Amino acid sequence: MRIEIEPSALRKTRWYEFAVRFLFGGLITAVAGIIAKKFGPGVGGLFLAFPAIFPASATLIEKHEKQKKERAGLQGSARGRKAASVDAAGAAIGSLALLVFALLVRRFLPDHNDWLVLTVSTGIWLAVSLLLWQIRKRL
Amino acid sequence: MKVILIRFLIGGVAVSVFAILGDLFKPKSFAGLFGAAPSVALATLGLTVASDGKHYAATEANSMVAAAVAFFAYSSCVSWMLMHGKVSALWVTILCLPVWALLAFGIWYAWIR
Repeated sequence: MRIEIEPSALRKTRWYEFAVRFLFGGLITAVAGIIAKKFGPGVGGLFLAFPAIFPASATLIEKHEKQKKERAGLQGSARGRKAASVDAAGAAIGSLALLVFALLVRRFLPDHNDWLVLTVSTGIWLAVSLLLWQIRKRL
Repeated sequence: MKVILIRFLIGGVAVSVFAILGDLFKPKSFAGLFGAAPSVALATLGLTVASDGKHYAATEANSMVAAAVAFFAYSSCVSWMLMHGKVSALWVTILCLPVWALLAFGIWYAWIR
């Protein structure tokens, strides 16, 4: 299975669906900061890997897949759930790479340039995600 | 209040960028990787270093280790329930949130704090 870019997929997304994800992303970032101030960075840090936009994204995928099937005259509920399930399996792989990201930041941030550490760690997150995705695909 | 607003805006933009990347790619299993992108972490850690210093931000990253393990369990749980159950994605993703919370706080409390 090849990785492809599908720009037309963006046209299926309504403005309020973009807005919901912006809102949840902004809210969890603000809340993480407030919790860190109130309860300390130990508790606040937990919210850096909170599945903030996961419900909105999964619902969106289910809806789009269901609509696609229904336009073809088929019942799309099961297909919608399956598409959201596959997306969640991808997120599970991405979360393992997120663990690597957190370990790298924890180890290198105190003694190195912060932007360099965050940029390199993000690149490694992507590389580890891709590697694990390729391994999973071959199993 | 100004700091919270800045966090909200930067967090919203960071999360939206990764969400749009997730929309653009196919197959879905690959696009799903972006659902666990370090979007909130990038926005938060960058701002935290500027306001509270590197050691404070590293402590947050330390806790993020526990939360990332919890995220793996959460997304695996969501994937399994959607594949085998008949409940909608919205309900499954909400019903599984206690899995994330219990594991994240449990691991943090037992091994990290």
